[in-house]
Amino acid sequence: MPQFTFPSPPPSPEAEVFRAEIRDFLATELKDRAPIDRAQSWNGLDPAFSRKLGQRGWLGLTWPTAYGGHARSNLERYVLLEELLGAGAPVGAHWIAERQSGPSLLRYGTEAQKRAILPRIAAGECFFCIGMSEPDSGSDLASVRTRAVREDGGWRVNGTKLWTTNATHCHFMILFCRTAPADREHRHAGTSQFVVDLTLPGITIRPVRNLVGEHHFNEVVFEDALLPEDALLGQEGEGWSQVTGELAYERSGPERFLSSFRLLVELVRALQPAADERAAIALGRLAAQLVTLRRMSRSVAGLLQAGADPALEAAMVKDLGALVEQAIPEIARDLIAEGPPTPQGRAFAEVLAYTTLHAPSFSLRGGTREILRGIIARGLGLR
Amino acid sequence: MSCPEDDAGVPLRETADRLLADLLTPQARARIAAGEWPDDLWSALAEAGLPAAILPEAAGGFGVPVADALSLLTVAGRHALPLPLADTMLAGLALARAGLPVPDGPLAVAEGADATLDAAGRATGRAWGVAWGRHARAVVVPAEGPDGPRLVALPRDALAIEPGTGIAGDPRDAVRFEAVAAPSAPAPFGAPALRAAGAATRALMMAGALGAVSAMTTAYAQERRQFGRALGQFQAVQQNLAVLAGQAASAAAAADLAAEAVDAWGPGLMPALAAAKVRTGEAAGQGAAIAHQVHGAIGFTQEHRLHLFTRRLWAWRDEFGREAEWALLLGRHLIAAGPDGLWPAITAA
Ligand SMILES: Cc1cc2nc3c(=O)[nH]c(=O)nc-3n(C[C@H](O)[C@H](O)[C@H](O)COP(=O)(O)OP(=O)(O)OC[C@H]3O[C@@H](n4cnc5c(N)ncnc54)[C@H](O)[C@@H]3O)c2cc1C
Repeated sequence: MPQFTFPSPPPSPEAEVFRAEIRDFLATELKDRAPIDRAQSWNGLDPAFSRKLGQRGWLGLTWPTAYGGHARSNLERYVLLEELLGAGAPVGAHWIAERQSGPSLLRYGTEAQKRAILPRIAAGECFFCIGMSEPDSGSDLASVRTRAVREDGGWRVNGTKLWTTNATHCHFMILFCRTAPADREHRHAGTSQFVVDLTLPGITIRPVRNLVGEHHFNEVVFEDALLPEDALLGQEGEGWSQVTGELAYERSGPERFLSSFRLLVELVRALQPAADERAAIALGRLAAQLVTLRRMSRSVAGLLQAGADPALEAAMVKDLGALVEQAIPEIARDLIAEGPPTPQGRAFAEVLAYTTLHAPSFSLRGGTREILRGIIARGLGLR
Repeated sequence: MSCPEDDAGVPLRETADRLLADLLTPQARARIAAGEWPDDLWSALAEAGLPAAILPEAAGGFGVPVADALSLLTVAGRHALPLPLADTMLAGLALARAGLPVPDGPLAVAEGADATLDAAGRATGRAWGVAWGRHARAVVVPAEGPDGPRLVALPRDALAIEPGTGIAGDPRDAVRFEAVAAPSAPAPFGAPALRAAGAATRALMMAGALGAVSAMTTAYAQERRQFGRALGQFQAVQQNLAVLAGQAASAAAAADLAAEAVDAWGPGLMPALAAAKVRTGEAAGQGAAIAHQVHGAIGFTQEHRLHLFTRRLWAWRDEFGREAEWALLLGRHLIAAGPDGLWPAITAA
């Protein structure tokens, strides 16, 4: 039976030096950022902050310098990501572009695409969204119906994408759609990816409000939108293997277990100066999970650095990570009784409310719990 | 530790794996379960250099890094080894670090002790949670001496043994001693650090045992058929097996952290060792429960080998501190670090 292995992350003294530099920067940069804003974690959106990171050379850290990158290691990038999340920095504007769109372009893009777009992502000036899900295609991504038809001068696209996070703030979408009719025997065949300039005619973006009333995700409708020839990303018909190739990047990062971290910070604040035994034990149990997940996630960063394809390990990190992210609000509310309003108490209550309200999405976005466990089961040879 | 190229643990683990597969026949297990001390088996382990692998060269070891030597215990766990390899390694390491001679043969470290040394170096008190105490050549305990804490190697022959059995069926004794002359030296680390290293040995064995349990449960689900299909084809069973594999993998990651922390013994205690014992203990409970569920009634029999592993998982998660004990220490450590110190404290592991 295949065993999942999470090798020790290789030591990286440069990354630890870098960590100190990042902490200094964030301490100044975020000194006035309120707990409730920090609680947004990677949903927090601030293009100016993203540009600042770009100016410091902190986006596209691992990419080749020829494309605006900085040729540093995955382990240094890991430290940067976790420090940003640990501090509750507003990283949402560039997160997807830096995490998966850029790497996909690097892997599958043409020279012209890479030269045109990657330096702009690395500068913090160009943001991406993910156009995978549709109204009738969620977990069953291969069933997408949005269709691109080749014609003179390009591709004509019709269909509807849904749940597209940040589409209104983004310059481009990586669109996953059909380029050949669906084939029952080969469900994954006939799909392709495109780099779509969202300002093109025929593309309409409508906000979809989440249960809190916030606007993050959107519906993106394509009505005879004409994409230029060079919008195709990678090979026609290879959309499925390309899209699944992104998943190790999408699923293994520290954002997959740190979404609720701010609540843990506010919990520790609320428990000051002395906590009773029950609270200390509960906190210790949560921290033990975070420490272990961090180890596993850094291990995946090391595997990526070594050129491996740790898609299964990534699915495992995300499945276990969502469990702890969702446990944190449940346990925090159990430890702190609601009392008379104080400024400190208010910060805790706000962050608890925010985290409780967003927690259901943690095991949906990026692949649901059941789908991830199905992937792991396949890795075990059961499917 | 799992990095194949530059890992001194690989040949050791392979040797141990082959040896234990050969030695631990059902007959051998039956002899041990009946209370016999299998001198032949222990000698075979000793000849292969397993108990000594953790020692510095000066004390009879062969210069293997501590973390790599400790990784042997994942193999012990994978074979549900019913012999005190972990305790002998731990005792040897502690004695060697204290500059005391390491006796040949099986050794024990008491999980808890209440002991004092007089000015003449004679120890009085009691110790409990002593794995295989009745067979150990010496029992290592921390004791309070006239000039501060010392580490003591109590010779077995001078001890009054109160035999006991742990929930895995392995010997777990209590001992009493009265003015026993015993080698001792100033403790190179406090009693909590010794307990933490003990916890690390259990974390490593749990990781190994859970890996085995995950593999055997997955294999069983592929063989056993009901409703005309292998159990593993039912999605509910698949999802449970995926959870079991996730628990096994995180136990392995946590155990690696623990082994590295013992290498740095002392400051590395928090958060790594505490986190590792909590996480592996939780994983043991959740993993064992799924394994039994998937196995059905056959897994609840003495005849089936599942209990060799699950009973030890239940024993090891308690030994050298349950999850609650280590979670309390870790939680207090983090509360003391405060809201601004929380993140640096977590990234210290
Ligand atoms: C906050 C948020 C942001 C998102 N951002 C984006 C984005 O930017 N771009 C994008 O493309 N998508 C995005 N998504 C969509 C996300 O990828 C989908 O929600 C997800 O893939 C699940 O699809 P669905 O919601 O249609 O649920 P469904 O697929 O309908 O599933 C509903 C339930 O049924 C279960 N289920 C489905 N199939 C099976 C099966 N075979 N076996 C067992 N159980 C099954 C699921 O696990 C789930 O519990 C976002 C979602 C959220 C919540």
